[in-house]
Amino acid sequence: MARVRGWVRVLALLGVLAIVLYPLIWVLGSSLKSPTEVTSNLSIWPEEVTWSNYSDGWSYIPGVNFGRFFGNSILISLATVVANAASCLVTAYAFARLRFWGRKGYFALMIATLLLPGHVLIVPQYVLFSEFGWIDTPLPLILPKLLATEAFFIFLMVQFMRGIPRELDDAAKIDGCDPYRTFWHVILPLSRPALITTAIFSFIWTWNDFFTQLVYLPSVPSYTVPVALRLFIDSSGQTSIGPMLAMSVLSLLPVFLFFLGFQRFLVQGINTSGLKG
Amino acid sequence: MALTTASRPALPVPASAPPPARGRRKNYAARRSEGLAGYVFLSPWLIGLMAITAFPMLLSLYLSFTNYDVLSSWEFVEWVGFDNYEKIFTLDPTFWQSVRVTLTFGLIAIPLKLAASLGVALLLNRERRGVGLFRSMFYLPSLLGGSVALALVWVAMFNREGAFNAGLSLFGIEGNNWINDPDWALATLMVLTVWQFGAPMVIFLAGLKQVPTELYEAAQVDGASKRRQFFHITLPMLSPVIFFNLLLETINGFQGFTSAFVISNGTGGPLGATKLYTLHIYDKAFTDFQMGYASALAWIFLGAIGLITIIFFSTGKFWVHYSDGEN
Repeated sequence: MARVRGWVRVLALLGVLAIVLYPLIWVLGSSLKSPTEVTSNLSIWPEEVTWSNYSDGWSYIPGVNFGRFFGNSILISLATVVANAASCLVTAYAFARLRFWGRKGYFALMIATLLLPGHVLIVPQYVLFSEFGWIDTPLPLILPKLLATEAFFIFLMVQFMRGIPRELDDAAKIDGCDPYRTFWHVILPLSRPALITTAIFSFIWTWNDFFTQLVYLPSVPSYTVPVALRLFIDSSGQTSIGPMLAMSVLSLLPVFLFFLGFQRFLVQGINTSGLKG
Repeated sequence: MALTTASRPALPVPASAPPPARGRRKNYAARRSEGLAGYVFLSPWLIGLMAITAFPMLLSLYLSFTNYDVLSSWEFVEWVGFDNYEKIFTLDPTFWQSVRVTLTFGLIAIPLKLAASLGVALLLNRERRGVGLFRSMFYLPSLLGGSVALALVWVAMFNREGAFNAGLSLFGIEGNNWINDPDWALATLMVLTVWQFGAPMVIFLAGLKQVPTELYEAAQVDGASKRRQFFHITLPMLSPVIFFNLLLETINGFQGFTSAFVISNGTGGPLGATKLYTLHIYDKAFTDFQMGYASALAWIFLGAIGLITIIFFSTGKFWVHYSDGEN
């Protein structure tokens, strides 16, 4: 009886796995089908592998090819990773380790901003950044991150730092370290796992982000990959389905590779902070 | 602090403590420099809080009482009192449509997603082999699902010639153009949301691991059935995690934008069927450039989210069980 139940459970899990993976395998297979096969061949894998969707999709948008969009996306994502990691780390150190006036109140405020919907801030921030003349540049997407605006990562790092034994700080203090040197020589090296988790999530979230990039990058040459992908929908002719799926696959690839390389950090990251993917 | 040193006699701190008077002065100086360092380390965040969060919020509140559009100069900004709010509630059918769509979406998709994630977590919790692999694979859609690419995949899968209809035709069922059908477009969005059950599932799984096995052993000795064990041990012990996931998924769910925007090509169509509230804000702000009006919409949104959070926390004490006795 217990064995039967065990098999049923495994079958159920495999069924869920099939549902989960089907769209991903389907998009990969379809991106390799010829235009006629995309609609006529029901199997997920193409009869004949064709790469033309990739070359067609790459230069689908007249004047600018996807190399440019990938370049823009990579620039913004990498800059965001660095800015987030640095600014959230110093903020987390203050919250986790230092005693100063008003700490509890600030911490509560920081948690409150976690729940603040981005759509509430987008209009006034847009007004502000357009006064600065920053629209159509990557600045509104990168510079705010230097000011530790991603409360999620602060929270994640605070949680992590609370797990670092205080005795290490005390030992450093006895050896004559002030808070700055303690940060540099004790906390920073020990926070590597939290920094890696932050870097991975920052990258993936920025890479996938559509809303802010759509708002701040109105002209085609400054488009990022997600904003450019949307153009495939405008001319929803059947012929563009293949190229559209091919470019979708390319855009998912970096996230997928991060996932393969850093699964452990990703799952740990959600466990320590309840982070969303 | 006194307690920790007392419980750890190995630390030589009390024995080698300097004479009290000098110590206090030194201590005071150290405190002050630590307080200063605290503000130094906090300063980027503090500046950010003022410049990127607090000031824009006040600006947004002010704008919501004006007719501001970003195109004309500040001199033409007029204070219009509660006009925007009044218009929203009385003269804006799209507002009500978007509220309807958002609530329908939230009330169906979020419970389904949580049920799916809890169900799969329970299945996986029983399993011994391959748990890590299953867990990673199930988590994958949470990383990819919110992207534009996946929304495009959904369009391709659920349109008339898509894979979904091809699958249905195997069973002799005639498909539909799901994405373009006002009755079904929102449902395809819900499927996309539920498909991303992996993130809450990972949290549930971690919560299940925390339930002490002694409880189940004791229940078994007392002759409790599996079903009773589930309702009287698993669910109560898991209730803090359920609460956490519910809160998080609700707040995130109401902020969904990308999938609906891409699937409907920015219109929230067909016939407003996928017009989530966030799409309405976007439309007013960045298509019509009615920034004042959009700010009013945003503040109503903030109020609603705040209200939901308060409701969650105030009802939570009736069903969330904390095993350490604190509530």
